[in-house]
Amino acid sequence: MKDMNMETRVLIQPNKIEARNVQVYYGDNHAIKDVDVDILDKTVTAFIGPSGCGKSTFLRCLNRMNDTIASCRVEGLIKIEGEDINDPRVDPVQLRAKVGMVFQKPNPFPKSIYDNVAYGPKIHGLTKNKAELDEVVESCLRRAALWGEVKDRLSAPGTSLSGGQQQRLCIARAIATSPEVLLMDEPCSALDPIATAQVEELIDDLRSQFSVVIVTHSMQQAARVSQRTAFFHLGYVVEYGETSQIFTNPKDPRTESYITGRIG
Amino acid sequence: MAIKFILPTTLVTLLLSQGAAFAQEAAVAEAALSPTLQRLLFLAAALVFLSIAFVMGRNRATAMRNTVAMMHSLPGFHGAVAVQWGALGAFAGVIAHAITGYPMGMLGAVIFAVALALMGVAYALTTIKPDFRARTFTERSVMAFLILCSLVAVLTTVGIVASLVFETAHFFQLYPASEFFFSTVWNPKFGGGSSLGIWPLIWGTLYVSAIALIVAVPIGLMSAVYLAEYASPRVRSWAKPAIEILAGIPTIVYGLFALITVGPLLRDYFAQPMGLGDSSSSVMTAGLVMGIMVIPFVSSLSDDIINAVPQSLRDGSLGLGATPSETVRKVVLPAALPGIVGAVLLAASRAIGETMIVVMGAGAAAKLSLNPFEAMTTVTVKIVSQLTGDTEFASPETLVAFALGLTLFTLTLGLNIVALVIVRKYREQYE
Repeated sequence: MKDMNMETRVLIQPNKIEARNVQVYYGDNHAIKDVDVDILDKTVTAFIGPSGCGKSTFLRCLNRMNDTIASCRVEGLIKIEGEDINDPRVDPVQLRAKVGMVFQKPNPFPKSIYDNVAYGPKIHGLTKNKAELDEVVESCLRRAALWGEVKDRLSAPGTSLSGGQQQRLCIARAIATSPEVLLMDEPCSALDPIATAQVEELIDDLRSQFSVVIVTHSMQQAARVSQRTAFFHLGYVVEYGETSQIFTNPKDPRTESYITGRIG
Repeated sequence: MAIKFILPTTLVTLLLSQGAAFAQEAAVAEAALSPTLQRLLFLAAALVFLSIAFVMGRNRATAMRNTVAMMHSLPGFHGAVAVQWGALGAFAGVIAHAITGYPMGMLGAVIFAVALALMGVAYALTTIKPDFRARTFTERSVMAFLILCSLVAVLTTVGIVASLVFETAHFFQLYPASEFFFSTVWNPKFGGGSSLGIWPLIWGTLYVSAIALIVAVPIGLMSAVYLAEYASPRVRSWAKPAIEILAGIPTIVYGLFALITVGPLLRDYFAQPMGLGDSSSSVMTAGLVMGIMVIPFVSSLSDDIINAVPQSLRDGSLGLGATPSETVRKVVLPAALPGIVGAVLLAASRAIGETMIVVMGAGAAAKLSLNPFEAMTTVTVKIVSQLTGDTEFASPETLVAFALGLTLFTLTLGLNIVALVIVRKYREQYE
């Protein structure tokens, strides 16, 4: 019954991101091969697969973070809302404001909690005055389920928080620029189970507003938080579909081997 | 991030000149055989002797090992203990002789040292027992040796400061401290009746150093940011060494550059047209040239420090849609600040202690003036000129060098403390 609802809901969502025939090279190393993936709006999409299979590399293509790596070359078409992000006219800086990113290891800036969240709105001029900025900071921290824990010490350094709190701070920082897509690169791999549960709950909430793409090594996590799952293997997308279908009835034998723990 | 501190070279040289005279007297005492040959022979003999001690200790322990059920340490460690006691004995013998001034002559000294060394080895051989912890003993000796080495540096510093304080006190007995600290005239006369006010010198030092830092800090910092954040690895691989070459140029060469090129240039194109004087040696000349000299101190250290800021912070900032320059300004530099302050401080200490460029670029006239195109001089230059030729430490005119040295020392120390406070207060700690 639940699955039925999800399917109908997913079907009416338009494609937020379309990737066609994407190739990524690191020098001579062909890291991503012929990847076609459509990412739906207001959906959590999980990328799973063994280490080194290219999930993170592909994720970093979606906001052109690979531009910062000199030896990296991206080919193929990636469109966000119909616009080619690798078009020379697209400013990667603006693209990244629209496609936020949360990294594997919590990386709060060496600034106060408040300034961490206010960083994006400040550099993009999203608020007109201090009162508005205060409001944005508060609402982002609330949505990241961190407000209650930090509201009395907003001027404390972000690095003074615990690992789980730091990661939620980074999520708050990412949503403060009002992105349309949120990319998460193994956001829970450095966290304990309690903090992981909090972040997962948060991801589920974020789905109402953003399209979330999450790379994860934990198949349970993919099954818990995502509606769609792509299985990467050796640079190829082996299988992509509804999460429930991937985990209960995989079509490709490699997918089955991976989720049952035989490869990877 | 440790704050580095430089003792101006002038101070060290000053104290060494006193020590050299003492060393010469000692050298005469052992001139019978060629001193180098003598020492080499002694060293070789000591090595042979200690090798024998090692073998003796080890063999004795091996023999014992065959007769008892269990020995705590391997035979090699017992051999090492014998070496340690032997070396300690020989060392004690040599030191005792050096301190007492070779009362038994060179041959007596050697015999004495050998006797002590033999006693040490003999004692070590008696300690070889199954439950003697030779391994632990050796570990402790290694640590003691390492501590001794670091003590050499620490004690030297303490010695230098103590000698400065002592001689300064001596100076103030001959010359009123109030004159030294509050007079604004520096006019030493070797016949007596000099006025030795420190302010013109302090002013010159600070003025020249300030100009040097105003030149070096922005240029050094910007080039460090370029090298660390923007340059491709290929550019970086030749640009960084090229900048560091600046630090390898002897200061006398910079001095020549100041004297022959920069000084006349500033005089002809700036000072004279603006009516600010016609001296070719000026504070500006020395400051500019010194600024170029300290650029690599700022840039090379800052570059290392900026590189040490984790990539994850840059990714985080870029991932939020910040431009590279926003990332540098708002994330990377604040995170690197303590280290950068350290680098600037190192440059400042270097500038304050610099002598040669000032002599050749700014002249030797002690003056209190705001005009940057006028010749002035610094504390270090005056230490040198007070001691050149006449090194009899009896008159206030020569002893003033120690008071100047101590003032300089206090100045750089104060600078360090201020910087430490600043760093502690504004540091933005990253993981």
